[in-house]
Amino acid sequence: MSNPTKPTETGPNRTGIAASPIDGKAMVEGAQKGSPAAVFEPPGLSTLRIRYSSKMPPVGTIPPPLSLKGVASTAAQMIKGNKPTVFLDLLGERLAFERTGTRLYEALLVKLEAADPHPGGPTREDLERIRDEELEHFGLVKRSLEALGADPTAVTPSADVIGVASSGLLKVVSDPRVTLNEALKAALTAELVDNDSWLMLADVAERLGQEDMAADFRRALAEEEDHLARVRSWLNSAIEGEAGISARAGDGHAPSLSP
Amino acid sequence: MALDITKERGVPLDRQVFTWRELAGPTFSKLDDDAFTRVRTILMNGIESEAVRFSHAAARMNARLQGPLARVRRIEHHQQTLVNWLNPADQSPLETTIGYEQTAIEVTAMLAQQEPDAYLAQVYRFGMLEDFDHLYRYSALMDRLYGMDANNLLQSYTDIRPGRPTVVEHRDPMDDLRTPYDKQRAQPLTKLNSLVLVAAENQVHDYYLNIGPQFADPVARQLYAEIASIEEQHVTQYESLVDPTETWLEKWLMHEATEVYTYWSCAQTESNKTLKAIWERFVDYELGHLTFVGELMKEIERRDPAELLPQKLPSPLKFESQRGFIRQTLQNEVDLRAIGTQIVPAGQERPDGPSALYRAQLNRDGSPSEIIADGYVWVPGTEIVSRIGAQSLNGRRM
Repeated sequence: MSNPTKPTETGPNRTGIAASPIDGKAMVEGAQKGSPAAVFEPPGLSTLRIRYSSKMPPVGTIPPPLSLKGVASTAAQMIKGNKPTVFLDLLGERLAFERTGTRLYEALLVKLEAADPHPGGPTREDLERIRDEELEHFGLVKRSLEALGADPTAVTPSADVIGVASSGLLKVVSDPRVTLNEALKAALTAELVDNDSWLMLADVAERLGQEDMAADFRRALAEEEDHLARVRSWLNSAIEGEAGISARAGDGHAPSLSP
Repeated sequence: MALDITKERGVPLDRQVFTWRELAGPTFSKLDDDAFTRVRTILMNGIESEAVRFSHAAARMNARLQGPLARVRRIEHHQQTLVNWLNPADQSPLETTIGYEQTAIEVTAMLAQQEPDAYLAQVYRFGMLEDFDHLYRYSALMDRLYGMDANNLLQSYTDIRPGRPTVVEHRDPMDDLRTPYDKQRAQPLTKLNSLVLVAAENQVHDYYLNIGPQFADPVARQLYAEIASIEEQHVTQYESLVDPTETWLEKWLMHEATEVYTYWSCAQTESNKTLKAIWERFVDYELGHLTFVGELMKEIERRDPAELLPQKLPSPLKFESQRGFIRQTLQNEVDLRAIGTQIVPAGQERPDGPSALYRAQLNRDGSPSEIIADGYVWVPGTEIVSRIGAQSLNGRRM
């Protein structure tokens, strides 16, 4: 079903200098003869960047609370010396990440459909379940923001920044040339970030006295830990399969998810 | 504030200078600035892009003007750079695309309402409903590919719903040509309006051609190819409205007048202080260009540029939501088509007519604009919000 050419096969890759034995030598010679003395950390480079970084305003700010309840909650936290907007920013970040995560697993489902099945890899049910849990987590964060009187449709600065950071992941999984196994590496990156971020969110919620939210977030974290374990397992199986090596004892490939 | 462009002389060319730090200065904020700040930035980048494009074309046809054109063009190039660099790096190509479509819709709606020539106003409304549909298709792409909400960019100023479906916008080239205004009879405002739209649409066309291949998703790649094709049609449409018998110097003069008018409009309404200062500075630069070209016209064509220019600029463009006008136009004119230079009811288009055949060929393997937006209904926070409830019905925890 999938294209017979595999990215791990030897082919006409021309990127290395060894692919051009004659011109490669000329390249080195030309650069050495025609360039100034080598400097590895030019001072002007960092000076210019520091000047910009120290003067630029941030990407944005947190919108004011929507409801009286939100205003009261914000005021109560500020009296305690806390800055509740930091929590709102983190919630905004998680909301954006989980929503995009839903689309990421939808893209992985497409990859699965187009791929040749291999042992130890994900099933459709596996990916659908993770997608649905990402959606659930999105809903959980949305409700949490609403409970705090915040607008869940707003993009907070951290949501914006994580969107930039993870934009490459979606580019990978939506590329028809990228295999399922390659796409799983993008999913691994996402799940690693997601795990740490849910842990951080649960801790902050707890320390701000939002015990119910903290409990919900720890349940979400447990599910994210499961996602991470499964993606790791699928990726290990895929690499073992491609490399023609057998699984090491104790790798513990996760069993297929059952409802 | 009235501005007498026949008297104001602006900043002389030799004092219109830049540094690299100025060209790559602070950007606007995607999150905190008003959506119309992005709209102004996009519009003015388009206006400068047209200035440079026109100037190169003119230089290729006019040996006598090559020197003066090169001097002004270098400044316009740096103005375009400074303006386009106001876009922040966290604004992705697709987010910028949403801004481009919002600009096309809202600015075309503004121009359609102030256009004194009924035929040109109809052409503008016709084009506006097509860009309106592009916004809907791209919003669906943003939602369904990235899980992101186009309204974070639009800020509720512009509706996300279908317009004239993109799938039927494809036309035979002969059905995209329009009847030009008559330069002797057209009001100066008509000339300014048409140049604004030529600039805006040409910019969109070039942008889509540049960024389309950066997308990995095959539907996105097809969608950019499809909508870029419509933007090419729109450039063909709007540039055909400009009287081709205008001399090169007349055209150059009207380009500079258009730049004065649009920068001045931006300066009147800008809420970002940094950008407001830039728009004001560039009003003075453009007045300098207009003065320079006016002197050339006196010297070369022995004509008074004041004969062509409005003594007072028209009211500044109102950079505000045109929702009411757009909805009304949508209701009354969405089913129109173009045959030759005329805008006609859809029923008049023959199934074996040139545009119908052209469209059928292009859409033969499927239509990306239809595929991406199949059943798409925008809701605040993306369509995924609607699925949370649906999921709970299936007995899952939520």
